[in-house]
Amino acid sequence: MTIEKCILAAITTNPKKITSGMAVFHCDSKAELESYAANLEAILDGIAHALSEELLIIVRH
Amino acid sequence: MNEYTLPIFFGLAAGTISRLIMLRTDYRQYPTYLHGKIIHVAIGFIAAGLGTIAVPAILEEEFTAITFLTVAASQFREVRNMERDTLTELDHYELVTRGKTYIEGIAIAFESRNYLVIMTSLFTTFSYLMFNVWVAAIVAIVSMFLSRLMMAGGKLKDLVDIEYMEPRFEGSGLYVDNIYIMNIGLPERQKEVLKYGMGFILKPKNFDARSTIANLGQRQAVLHDLSTALGVYRDSGTPALVPLAKRDLDDGRIGIFVLPQHRDAQRAIRVIGAVPTLENAIRMPMERRRKEG
Repeated sequence: MTIEKCILAAITTNPKKITSGMAVFHCDSKAELESYAANLEAILDGIAHALSEELLIIVRH
Repeated sequence: MNEYTLPIFFGLAAGTISRLIMLRTDYRQYPTYLHGKIIHVAIGFIAAGLGTIAVPAILEEEFTAITFLTVAASQFREVRNMERDTLTELDHYELVTRGKTYIEGIAIAFESRNYLVIMTSLFTTFSYLMFNVWVAAIVAIVSMFLSRLMMAGGKLKDLVDIEYMEPRFEGSGLYVDNIYIMNIGLPERQKEVLKYGMGFILKPKNFDARSTIANLGQRQAVLHDLSTALGVYRDSGTPALVPLAKRDLDDGRIGIFVLPQHRDAQRAIRVIGAVPTLENAIRMPMERRRKEG
């Protein structure tokens, strides 16, 4: 089964922006944020979309 | 041997040759394989036989024989279903899919080509029997020419002006001209997209064209043909590198974003121009207005 058009994971450096509700990854730096997003993108076959500088979501289309 | 033998052979040959002429393997790479070709030549041969036999049958006053043509019609509908099923199944494994509209267009073409073969054989045999072999030869050539003319549909370059446009990022949004394509979050991926990506703007020449190129199937056909001709920089599981076509809601222009392996803008413009306008995508809103006055 593949879940499409859903937020599969969120990666953020600002825990205030998103706390729970799904797979949320809190990162310490922008570099960590990007490496997490790149890995998750590959694992989940999704795209990392940027909502802001400090918040990325992974969605599969 | 009787009086019909030679005309029948002549009609059969004319029909089969016309099917061979219509069976082309081009950049769309279909049908590619020898077996696929044999199927179509064989069915074309059967079609030619049916068209040819109809004439002596009528001349011998065997009018019920004409019902054979209805069998032919259902056979050829089966050809269309076969093509549709095969291509739909294979489409799942394409990196850039053809899309259902394109597949339906191809399937319709395969069915209708058999009817053109029947027409060619019928006219050829008829003119052989009524006149002589030379008239039949001329009729065969004219029919083949007509078949080719009828099979060649419109091209996209008749509907739109095509312009190359470098894609760009505004924040994490990818744009071709002012048309928003998608959001790419990772800077690394953005660099990749800018390095390999190419953008094109299709500007409709009139109101009818605007509705035709808005069709999602037509847009997918452009992406598929472009990716087939120029290669594609992507693999499965890389949705960020998928070619996309989006529409400007204000004026109906289409922004095409592709990642070809061979970056040649002039060639890409030629390929887009040669994409067939799909029968199922053609819209003519102006026609209605004209009739209503």
